[in-house]
Amino acid sequence: MLRILQFLYGLRSFLLFALLEVLAIWLIVANNSPQGAAFFNSSSAVIGSVLKTQSDVVDFFSLAKENEALLEENAKLTEELKAIKLIPDSARIELDSTLKVSFEFKGARIVGNSLRFSQNHLTINKGEKDGIKPGMGVFNQEGVVGRVKSVSTNYAVVISLLNTGLLVSSKIKSNGVFGTVNWDGKNSRQAKMLYIPRHVTAQAGDTIVTSGFNAVFPEGIPIGIISSINQTGDPNYLDILIDLSTDFSKVKYVYLVENTELSERDSLNQQSKIQDEF
Amino acid sequence: MNFKRLITYSFLVLILGLVQILLLKNLALFGIAFCFLYLLAILSLPITIPNISLLLVSFGIGLMIDVFYDTLGMHALAATFLAFIRPFWLKIISPTGGYDDTTDPTISEMGFGWFLTYSLPLVFAFCLVFFLADQWGTGGILNVLNKSFFSSIFTVILAIIVQLLFFKRRRGI
Repeated sequence: MLRILQFLYGLRSFLLFALLEVLAIWLIVANNSPQGAAFFNSSSAVIGSVLKTQSDVVDFFSLAKENEALLEENAKLTEELKAIKLIPDSARIELDSTLKVSFEFKGARIVGNSLRFSQNHLTINKGEKDGIKPGMGVFNQEGVVGRVKSVSTNYAVVISLLNTGLLVSSKIKSNGVFGTVNWDGKNSRQAKMLYIPRHVTAQAGDTIVTSGFNAVFPEGIPIGIISSINQTGDPNYLDILIDLSTDFSKVKYVYLVENTELSERDSLNQQSKIQDEF
Repeated sequence: MNFKRLITYSFLVLILGLVQILLLKNLALFGIAFCFLYLLAILSLPITIPNISLLLVSFGIGLMIDVFYDTLGMHALAATFLAFIRPFWLKIISPTGGYDDTTDPTISEMGFGWFLTYSLPLVFAFCLVFFLADQWGTGGILNVLNKSFFSSIFTVILAIIVQLLFFKRRRGI
């Protein structure tokens, strides 16, 4: 018995090493399931405030560019608003649920960002206090940015679209064929569109937008533009590479969208025994 | 390790950690060369430090960095691996006559060439483990090797510059 204990004592540093490595691997695995519980990450108060101070300083230098982008978007929105404004003398028809608004939007600033790893995350300066919930979609005027993973009182962590674990339900705008956009972990400006059957005719230059099927994003938010289509590899599906419309190295402000009918849709899916794969 | 040195090391860890989080986090030369300057804190721990404390300190530092990177566990995994192989590597490259009890593995005490042979393989091992964990399941072993190679060179170059600029020269007398 003593010999065994002595033997183990001799190996103590290796045993500690093994223990710590197992702990680290467990942390990686527990932290990487997209909706899994995250214990400590950059949404906690102390870490969030450090990141916020940093971005306060850094953001100051890009204020001019931000203003320009906001101005551009304002102009676009004004134009659209003009088109849909009611003319005073027109007749009004009340529609019950067809045009009901089921999405709520919120704005937030990005205080932490990464784009060089395979599992990238963003930190935003809004949290539970401001009504942010896990599962909300995140986008900006350019296109889809990601999806909220976990929230604290004042901050939230967003899984970036540049994360090999995030799937976004999407469609080709010109013909309506739907598939899934997933990042392959290689280039921060490009992603893959999966599950498009071979018979579909798509061309380089076609726009990819969100499909609205998975109830995270409303329909029609841009994701990217097809850059190339290949018929190699998989015998069933096309190999489509898209140029992302969002420049992740420059995102500073984002919108968050919440589907107010998500719980209803989820319970309906559960009732009919459909697994939502997104 | 006396009290004064303990304070110095805590200060070093804090400064390097802050630099890593605030300045180097989003830095990647040509998209492949990352800088893990905080490894300098682990590398410059005294040669005589017990293995157990070395492992625990490295795990702690790695976890701290992880929390800010949102890569929970990955830096800790790689830093612990570095700490585990550090004593073996020190034994292999020990100069004839062994180390003095008080020497630190830094340029000013051990010389430029020795530091290069000491740090480059260790940092490369760190990068290899880190990027393997990062790219797990997405394939591309060439990508991992590529990133590890250039990141380790970049990190070591920066570590050397920091030591030459900020570390105390060899004590007089």
